[in-house]
Amino acid sequence: MKLAVSILAIAAALALQTTLTTFVRGTAALDFVLIVVVYLALTSGPATGLIVGGVAGLIQDSLSSGIMGVGGLAKTLVGYLAGRLGTQFIVTAPLPRFLVFIAATVVHGTVFMGLYVLLGLREFPSPYSSVAWQAVGNAFVGVVGFQVLEWLPGFRARRQWRRTARR
Amino acid sequence: MALADIKHRPGLLLGAAVVLHVVIISAQVNTASGLPVLQVVTFGAFAELQRMVTSGVTGVQGLWSGYVDLRGVKDENTALRQELQALQIRLQEERALAQRAEDLRQLLELRQRAELDTTAAEIIAASASPEFRTVTIDKGSTDGLQADMAVISPAGVVGRLILPSRRAAKVQLLIDRNAAAGAIIERSRAQGVAVGFGTGELRMDYVSATADVKAGDLVITSGIDGIYPKGFVIGTVDSVDKGTGTYHEVRVRPAVDFSRLEEVLVVLTPSPARDAAEAADRP
Repeated sequence: MKLAVSILAIAAALALQTTLTTFVRGTAALDFVLIVVVYLALTSGPATGLIVGGVAGLIQDSLSSGIMGVGGLAKTLVGYLAGRLGTQFIVTAPLPRFLVFIAATVVHGTVFMGLYVLLGLREFPSPYSSVAWQAVGNAFVGVVGFQVLEWLPGFRARRQWRRTARR
Repeated sequence: MALADIKHRPGLLLGAAVVLHVVIISAQVNTASGLPVLQVVTFGAFAELQRMVTSGVTGVQGLWSGYVDLRGVKDENTALRQELQALQIRLQEERALAQRAEDLRQLLELRQRAELDTTAAEIIAASASPEFRTVTIDKGSTDGLQADMAVISPAGVVGRLILPSRRAAKVQLLIDRNAAAGAIIERSRAQGVAVGFGTGELRMDYVSATADVKAGDLVITSGIDGIYPKGFVIGTVDSVDKGTGTYHEVRVRPAVDFSRLEEVLVVLTPSPARDAAEAADRP
């Protein structure tokens, strides 16, 4: 069940990433797949985080024109680290989550860009600012997404309870 | 079950995932030289492994062969030492032969230069007593040797023959305490008598206090003694003490190194002075 949810979440994130960015301006900087990976890592632990991160990253790489495995490696590390943070600390309030998303984006960006630069395959004109903006964006979307997903089960329960009460 | 175990060890899983990703990345990326990174990294890692294995095997091999070799090294060492000794002896023999050949060549040159009737002789024994400076040569009366014949070498005067036997003869060296030879300073023609000290040095007696003698002058035979032919080198003046007496005290360093004499020439031709003396003795 969990695996299926994870696969669905990744698929949804990839779909969102590939479609939303063409319609909604300013979303190109966001990494929905990374947000999903961090979410799953925080809620399921480091093992799930790194597996999901690795798989999602590889799929993302395969869909992009870059080197296969660079994104996978970056997301593997992010998934693992986020999972570790989730098991070591209480990351339930919006601010810690925000910080985790920020950190995750920074780590991802560092590994991703660092590998490309190290291998001499690509240059990034303004890496700090792009990572910073992406971190803020990912953190905002992530925290909101977290809140929504946590709010959804309660909302459904309350709606069911109201329907039952009316009858 | 195994999957659950792995899930409880995320560090292990992370390592595997990282390695997998690195392999995937390496398979696609080329190095600056154009070779695939995977190939370069794999080859490099394998080469290091090979190096380690080879060095390990070599080390073990060296240790083993060293141990095995040590078992036979004592015998080999002994054999080599014996061989070395034999070679050293042979080298000495060769050197001696070469030296002998050189000495003989010099003797031959002297013989030709001196225009004297001489015979070569080999020194076969040294003096029996340290008090006397004599040697024994391997030729005697059967070779025409007689008493008071001069004995010379390429370096200079050696001494005189004092006791000939049939096949050997005793030679009194010039440095013997009882030896003497008529001498002359080559440069100034100052005359005197070279006598032995018995210590390896010579003294030139009866050199006039007015004579011109100085250190470094060459002392040669004067020929007036009737034994030594004229003009053969005795030695060089080492020091001159002019003193207050009638004669100079002149120290002479012998030209011949008596310690390494091996071959000599015996002068068979009588000197003119000797001929004259013998004629005077005849009735």
